[in-house]
Amino acid sequence: MMPNWGVCMSINFVRRGVLAGMASAAMMLTVGAPAIAQETIKVGILHSLSGTMAISETTLKDVMLMLIEEQNKKGGVLGRKLEAVVVDPASNWPLFAEKARELITQHKVAAVFGCWTSVSRKSVLPVFKELNNILFYPVQYEGEESERNVFYTGAAPNQQAIPAVDYLMSKDGGDVKRWVLAGTDYVYPRTTNRILEAYLKAKGVASEDIMINYTPFGHSDWQTIVSNVKKFGSAGKKTAVVSTINGDANVPFYKELANQGVKATDIPVVAFSVGEEELAGVDTSNLVGHLAAWNYFQSVKNPANAEFIAKWQAFTKNPKRVTNDPMEAHVVGFNMWIKAIEKAGTTDPDKVISALPGIEAPNLTGGMSKMLPNHHITKPVMIGEIRADGQFDVVWQTKGLVAGDAWSDFLEGSKDLEADWVGKKCGNFNTKTNKCGS
Amino acid sequence: MIQVRAFCAAVISLFAVLMFAPAAQADFASSLARFAQDEFSETALAIDEIAASGDSRAQQVLEALGSARLFVDPASKKVYWRAATSARTIHDAANGEPVVDPPAGLQVVRINNRLRGATLNAIGALTLMAPDPARRRAAAESIFKSRDASALAPLEAAIKVEKDPSIATLFAQARAVLMLAAPQATKDQQLEAISILRMRADIGAIAALRSTNASADADVKALAADAVTAIEARLKLMSHVQNVWYGLSLGSVLLLAAIGLAITFGVMGVINMAHGEMVMLGAYTTFVVQEVFRAYAPDWFDWSLPVALPLAFLFTGLVGIAIERGVIRFLYGRPLETLLATWGVSLILQQAVRTIFGPSNREVGAPSYMSGAFDLFGLSVTWGRMWIIVFTLFVFVSLLLALKHTSLGLHMRAVTQNRRMASAMGIRTPWVDAMTFGLGSGLAGIAGVALSQIDNVSPNLGQSYIIDSFMVVVFGGVGNLWGTLVSAFALGVANKFLEPVAGAVLAKIFILVLLILFIQKRPRGLFALKGRAVEA
Amino acid sequence: MIAKVFFERYDRAGLIFLGVMATIAIFVPLSNLLLPTDSFLHVPTYVMSLVGKYLCYAILALSLDLVWGYCGILSLGHGAFFALGGYAMGMYLMRQIGSRGVYGNPDLPDFMVFLNWKEIPWFWYGFDMFPFALLMMALVPGLLAFLFGWLAFRSRVTGVYLSIITQAMTYALLLAFFRNDMGFGGNNGLTDFKDILGFNIQAQGTRAALFFATALLLILSYMLARWMVTTAFGKVLVAVRDAESRTRFLGYRVEHFKLLVFTVSAAMAGIAGALYVPQVGIINPSEFSPANSIEAVIWVAVGGRGTLVGAALGAVVVNFLKTWFTTGFLAPYWLFMLGALFIGVTLAMPKGIVGTLQDWSARRRERATYTEKSAQKIAEQGE
Repeated sequence: MMPNWGVCMSINFVRRGVLAGMASAAMMLTVGAPAIAQETIKVGILHSLSGTMAISETTLKDVMLMLIEEQNKKGGVLGRKLEAVVVDPASNWPLFAEKARELITQHKVAAVFGCWTSVSRKSVLPVFKELNNILFYPVQYEGEESERNVFYTGAAPNQQAIPAVDYLMSKDGGDVKRWVLAGTDYVYPRTTNRILEAYLKAKGVASEDIMINYTPFGHSDWQTIVSNVKKFGSAGKKTAVVSTINGDANVPFYKELANQGVKATDIPVVAFSVGEEELAGVDTSNLVGHLAAWNYFQSVKNPANAEFIAKWQAFTKNPKRVTNDPMEAHVVGFNMWIKAIEKAGTTDPDKVISALPGIEAPNLTGGMSKMLPNHHITKPVMIGEIRADGQFDVVWQTKGLVAGDAWSDFLEGSKDLEADWVGKKCGNFNTKTNKCGS
Repeated sequence: MIQVRAFCAAVISLFAVLMFAPAAQADFASSLARFAQDEFSETALAIDEIAASGDSRAQQVLEALGSARLFVDPASKKVYWRAATSARTIHDAANGEPVVDPPAGLQVVRINNRLRGATLNAIGALTLMAPDPARRRAAAESIFKSRDASALAPLEAAIKVEKDPSIATLFAQARAVLMLAAPQATKDQQLEAISILRMRADIGAIAALRSTNASADADVKALAADAVTAIEARLKLMSHVQNVWYGLSLGSVLLLAAIGLAITFGVMGVINMAHGEMVMLGAYTTFVVQEVFRAYAPDWFDWSLPVALPLAFLFTGLVGIAIERGVIRFLYGRPLETLLATWGVSLILQQAVRTIFGPSNREVGAPSYMSGAFDLFGLSVTWGRMWIIVFTLFVFVSLLLALKHTSLGLHMRAVTQNRRMASAMGIRTPWVDAMTFGLGSGLAGIAGVALSQIDNVSPNLGQSYIIDSFMVVVFGGVGNLWGTLVSAFALGVANKFLEPVAGAVLAKIFILVLLILFIQKRPRGLFALKGRAVEA
Repeated sequence: MIAKVFFERYDRAGLIFLGVMATIAIFVPLSNLLLPTDSFLHVPTYVMSLVGKYLCYAILALSLDLVWGYCGILSLGHGAFFALGGYAMGMYLMRQIGSRGVYGNPDLPDFMVFLNWKEIPWFWYGFDMFPFALLMMALVPGLLAFLFGWLAFRSRVTGVYLSIITQAMTYALLLAFFRNDMGFGGNNGLTDFKDILGFNIQAQGTRAALFFATALLLILSYMLARWMVTTAFGKVLVAVRDAESRTRFLGYRVEHFKLLVFTVSAAMAGIAGALYVPQVGIINPSEFSPANSIEAVIWVAVGGRGTLVGAALGAVVVNFLKTWFTTGFLAPYWLFMLGALFIGVTLAMPKGIVGTLQDWSARRRERATYTEKSAQKIAEQGE
């Protein structure tokens, strides 16, 4: 939290009597800042720093701190400095809601960047609606949601799962005919697998060529499941595993795969929740060739990305620190927010919310991501193969950017729904009844 | 950008084709040049050409490609490879000579799974006659899996000269697979292939039998289906054995995690909620030891676990003694309050590790003897799991012996049975308490070393084992080590038999419900300590 | 006369507690609704909902103290009863959403549409009616506790064994509720509530009313618990705690006493959970996690086991500290402080805050009486 002290000090200067005020004014004039110092713009950071999710979320807090520091070096926004307010919701879902309320009502933040799990987002959702504030949510998720106060900078299922399956069905991906959909038993895998099942069947895959398996959170004994996968893969058709296994359970899963000798050339595993950060805990030499689908990889060669990685490693004082997809989502989301504030000329949530759709910000893979009227963004989709050094080789990537679709076209209840906060002013417009909601 | 590159590639390849079109075989140098394109399609061509070239340099290049040791100099478009054994020496791929001063900015030739498969096949075909038996074995397996028809000719050649009977069998099996898939094979050849595969009788054989060529004779198809049924019946039988094995393996993990708790909780009566964190500290000790090995003695990496074991025992033992002296000794006779204090300790330890090592997972590598699997009468046994079972039993027996036959063990038993009498006999009970707690914590520490091989090394590691550990100790009967042993293995095996039927989640729920009901029957666990006291 | 009977039941701490709680119950909602926001005495909604949450925890702690402090049953699964009550309320609130869910389905909650369920499962029947839901909030946890206790107490499972199987119970429920096939929304739980009894759940008035209800219920729970422990029944409970066998030999059916108090306590925890859900806006399986139950035990220990008032105080104090520690620059270090607090309290204040205070004041009174007496003696001798 060191970086913020400087900011706080500058406010205190102003608040102290005339003498100090004059001194600070003089100081500010010399550095060319506006003569009238204003209050800082507060940015809420709502990521777990303890508990089970700290493993993933702490990094995002650090990224936000870095982005805010960077922005302040550039002079802040609207002539005001940004100030980070960090809270720890401790991987406890009701605490997320409480902390969100605290950030908005007590600290008067202009926007909040946070959450990782779907349940934490669901928990804070009513708070953001009630108190009318903005949440930037940076993680890939199951879709089926579009709220006025939330901006989804992670991937929707059509920006991750479906392209990945397409790739595996192609000749380069191995011409896969048989599918194992393995996931942790919660909403994201359930929905993704349902979408994929419908999609695969539409592509002519028979039901007996699809195996679906769910495991509890933090599952650590994968012997039975891996051997079942091997058995399933022995039907004489090329088999692949589509894994929506949640963070913690992945390391033992991959260790078991490696131990039982499941090589990527035999049965490739494509994962949607395994990135550079997760692989930092695994010896990847036996996992070379297994895949992941993301919208960003650290290994993407691009000046913007190289600059970001360098800054990040300098900020964390660790030359080995890796970057990952949700971090990039925060970078894009943060830049979009800054642009929206500049466009709206204020941090007033209503104005910023209506300014955001249409805003474009460069992503770190060389494209220009755009905030859509459904509050999702456009992203490239990339398939990466695990390398021996824990990084990914991008082996395939979509031609252009893919627009995030809040409501899946492959699900019964949601294919008629459409989110449009600009034209229709609602997140669940039903194209059949031509009404919002039912 | 990509289009430009593709265009260039097309022009260059067109040019290459034009230039070498008259030659029946593309020459080696031009094949190498394809790698410099950084296009998967070009690399695929290069692999095929090099594999077919019969050139003596082919194997080196392909192996380097398969293990990401093949480089391209973007400036000169020349191709280099690095030796597998030494990280420094770079060779020129065109002539195989070592390069004294390799150009800077070499880039690895990228491949994807399809190319990796093709490379393996090509290497397989090339190494069928390698002098090293292990390589011939690997070659046979790779052909067996890939069913690449082009490998048939070299395979036939290799079968003629193979002397080692076990490898000869593998070759025959690989050949059988190719025969089954080939449309031109005769019926007799295919029938023979089926009988060979039937002998092999594993999942791979089923896969091969199932992919019998669609145009094959009806008899062949029927026989293949029959063989599949036969093998499946055998595998079904094996799956029970496999469940027992998986159960024992899960049980050994449970036992390992619980054994320290059997001392601190079972023998001393301390409800030690920080037990899981001791396991975690053991795992982090392994991480630190491995980091040291990686930095200073990478060649000795296999020794990192044997070195980590005593260090983890000592370190967590000392932490345990510190906790006992600092906190727990004030709480004897108030067992439920130890729960609160040790819960506090566990929060502090977790956050301390999070602060020092960061919240994310740490990489603990597997030494060579812990990775891979071997085949035991058709049962695939992973080395890591097997060593963990052996190690667990070793720890258990040593602990039993230590309690029975050392003076510390004697004192420990004396103090736990009758503290005041033991004290009257001149035993320094505080010292024994500290040592006992240290022993329990040390055992948790070495459990952490073993668990680091199969689970996440993160600050949350301990949390995932603490509840299971308590269940194991209570189910077995508090204060009884044999009970802990039996209970750990019983829970493990029961879980693994339920899992295929009910799924992983329901299996665990069933186990918990059974445990609750069991405690009603035997309120003091499986092996209750016999005594006259009505209650403690 | 009635007043005298009423007050006799309470010790000094109890009277103070009742007084403070009554003040809070009336003052906080009124101040939140009526006073202008810039008033010094105004209680912001944020603070009110925070305190409302603490009070729910206080009821849970109270129920736990009843079984642990007075009957010696250390339940490491009380969070399960709390969560079950919460789920009962959550189900009622889900049914109240009606067709206002994102899919606009009038019969099915969103997560069921999402998982492609065609009709509402049988165990959701009736939860659209508040009286039924209200009954379930107390009945489901109570019934589970009754069943569990009937099995466990009859076969004389005691001490750590009991604690561990209560933990196994809550752990099994945790895993079960995580399953999406169970029909309780899986990991996402129940959320996005709109109305309670026809009132908008986010309206300030509803919040104030919920707060008042919670505070009132805490008072009632306290009075019930106090009544239970000060009657002859309570004396038997304490006897069971201190010497179970001896009580049994004296002819009491120990298991009946245990079963009754365990069931009442579970129902109390269930109602606390039911009030908790509309105030925090979500119920999710993580409420079943064993760590939550252990934390509840810690609140009781910090406040003072076997004092009732202490349990409630402990819940509020620990949770206040948690809120305070998890914000700002302390955030990365809060677990250190919480851990240190637990160790410190166990070592330095084994009787908890209230127990220590009571001891201290008792000693002072003793000393006062002693000085008085000796003064008298001296006076007598002087004569």
